[in-house]
Amino acid sequence: MREISYIEAIREALDQSMVKDNRVILIGEGVPDPKNIFDSTNGLQEKFGTHRVFDMPLSENGMTGVCIGAAIRGLRPVLVHQRVDFALLSLDQIINNAAKWHYMFNGKASVPMVIRMVIGRGWGQGPQHSQSYQAMFAQVPGLKVLMPATAHDAKGMLIAAIKDNNPVIFIEHRWVHHIIDHVPEDFYEIELGIARIIKKGSDISIAAFSYMVLEVLIAAKALEKFLGISIEVIDMRTARPLDTETVATSVRKTKYLIVADTAYAFGSIASELIASVVHECFDVLKKAPIKICSPDFPTPSSPGMTKDYYPTPKTIIKAVITLLDVNIDDEKLEKLMASVESKNLHDIPNRDFKGPF
Amino acid sequence: MRKDLKLSLFKSMLRIRMVEEKLASLYSEQEMRCPMHLCIGQEAIAVGVSHALTKEDKVFSNHRAHGHYLAKGGDLLAMIAELYGRDIGCCGGRGGSMHMIDQSVGFMGSTPIVGGTVPLAVGSAWASKLMNDSLVTIVYFGDGCFEEGVLHESMNFAALHHLPVLFVCENNDFSVYTKLELRQPKRPIYKIAEAHSIRSQKADGNDIELVYKISSDAVAEIRNGSGPQFLEFSAYRWREHCGPDFDDHLNYRTHEEVEVGKKACPVARYQEQLLKNGDLTDQMINEISEKIEVEINQVLEKAKAARLPTLQDAMSHQYA
Repeated sequence: MREISYIEAIREALDQSMVKDNRVILIGEGVPDPKNIFDSTNGLQEKFGTHRVFDMPLSENGMTGVCIGAAIRGLRPVLVHQRVDFALLSLDQIINNAAKWHYMFNGKASVPMVIRMVIGRGWGQGPQHSQSYQAMFAQVPGLKVLMPATAHDAKGMLIAAIKDNNPVIFIEHRWVHHIIDHVPEDFYEIELGIARIIKKGSDISIAAFSYMVLEVLIAAKALEKFLGISIEVIDMRTARPLDTETVATSVRKTKYLIVADTAYAFGSIASELIASVVHECFDVLKKAPIKICSPDFPTPSSPGMTKDYYPTPKTIIKAVITLLDVNIDDEKLEKLMASVESKNLHDIPNRDFKGPF
Repeated sequence: MRKDLKLSLFKSMLRIRMVEEKLASLYSEQEMRCPMHLCIGQEAIAVGVSHALTKEDKVFSNHRAHGHYLAKGGDLLAMIAELYGRDIGCCGGRGGSMHMIDQSVGFMGSTPIVGGTVPLAVGSAWASKLMNDSLVTIVYFGDGCFEEGVLHESMNFAALHHLPVLFVCENNDFSVYTKLELRQPKRPIYKIAEAHSIRSQKADGNDIELVYKISSDAVAEIRNGSGPQFLEFSAYRWREHCGPDFDDHLNYRTHEEVEVGKKACPVARYQEQLLKNGDLTDQMINEISEKIEVEINQVLEKAKAARLPTLQDAMSHQYA
């Protein structure tokens, strides 16, 4: 099957959605500019015209409201923020209007719109350019919150999001943008709210969100090779609805759970997932689950400070060893850790996993 | 102005006044269990603007929405049932007074976050432009909203894209208990709108015929492609910010000021004018009032008799 990158998959989903449905419009700061939102909107204004593809004033809240108004009137806007941090300016419109309009007016109207938000890490992005707020959005009834990790899912889930009659927050991690995957050329949808078992295993379940799926896969491969540990890797794909059932089913089999998230630990979607699974599987769990997140303080900019800030495959390996009480001598552990040591600098996207999945 | 139009303006204002006076008188029964912001004293703006619109034109509004809703033709029973939290309310009991909707007459929704619906109205106008449907969208907001960033963001985009939207600022000089002079420097609100390159005017919001005329001209121009316009109308809120009572005892405004405000009553003023020029007689007033009274009482009876929804009802429509 054809292989393309995540960012190309996003672009293709936008392109095909706009061809299929002329109510779809695309707007965002920089959408038609020379950088095209990390190349995800290349050529779309040329193809669909200035009446369907727009640049945008720096008015995140106002423009979110404008898109809601257009959606209520029958258009299907896709609004893009280059950083999730910018979208925070629009919380009023997202939470008070987009998420509630359908409910509070008793189903008389709906807000079919997609808000793409890019999250990321590294290269000195610092405290206001590297946050991950899926849990905050997922807390709001009325929103759907997507976090595809693969190009295949990015395309199918973005198409599904655009076809959905609700406001959908579509969160992309910059560090998966370049990853390639098998992506069909057809116009296809992926059902929202269903996690995907990306690697079958029997000894421990690891559920991961977005970019963390890649890190978990790297760790899983190494653990299997060095210690013969069979890890079931679950790509959660959505934060709301949260597919706790798929994770619970896996945990009933493996009896152990780790959850890896891209956000701060406190109040994270990882916390929510663990709480739900513990509630469901309390009697089968052999140990308390472990949560792998960013530390509970803002992201610093300096490479000196970020080097050990973010979780890596090593963090995941350590968690597995702890949870399963693995006996491993220092020499072997060193080799295991060295095998997942990134050949790149820590603050640029991890090229150790290129895809496809 | 045609006589039937004059009478329609008068009846519409009187009906809003009588509905709200009735609501105020019943509020203490504690059966309408939601915050309520009455527009008594400010009826002329909603009525004048609405008479300039077609049924299909779109309206967005704020927390003080009863007048806007009724003037646009919003269903009275759905409104009152909503205040009583009944299942036949316009939101099925989910919204209360601050959430009015009747899309069948173009009333697209009102919400109480100040400035919340302003960008939605601009988005509606944007949709009209992109879909080429020649409808005009109106949004009502107060002087307090003028302090919200989102209003300026919305005006900027509306002007940039030349959108068919009419911004209607009802300047009643107060945000809750705080006077305009404590919130904004001394400069005309409409001039700021003008600085966004939006055609702007200011007028007496208690002069119903003037409101109608200015709005009609603005709406006609917008429909013909003038781009957005901005109207600032002066108004006076007679009663408390939220609730059915007068709040003179709080002393945040002087007794004299309230008296002057009430003297400018748009309904009494127009009634007098119509009586004087013979468009209206005392007998007609009685007939009109009686008819409205009967309507209100019938609607109240139906609304109260409707079912009070339960938690089971509250669970539907979580997602579209």
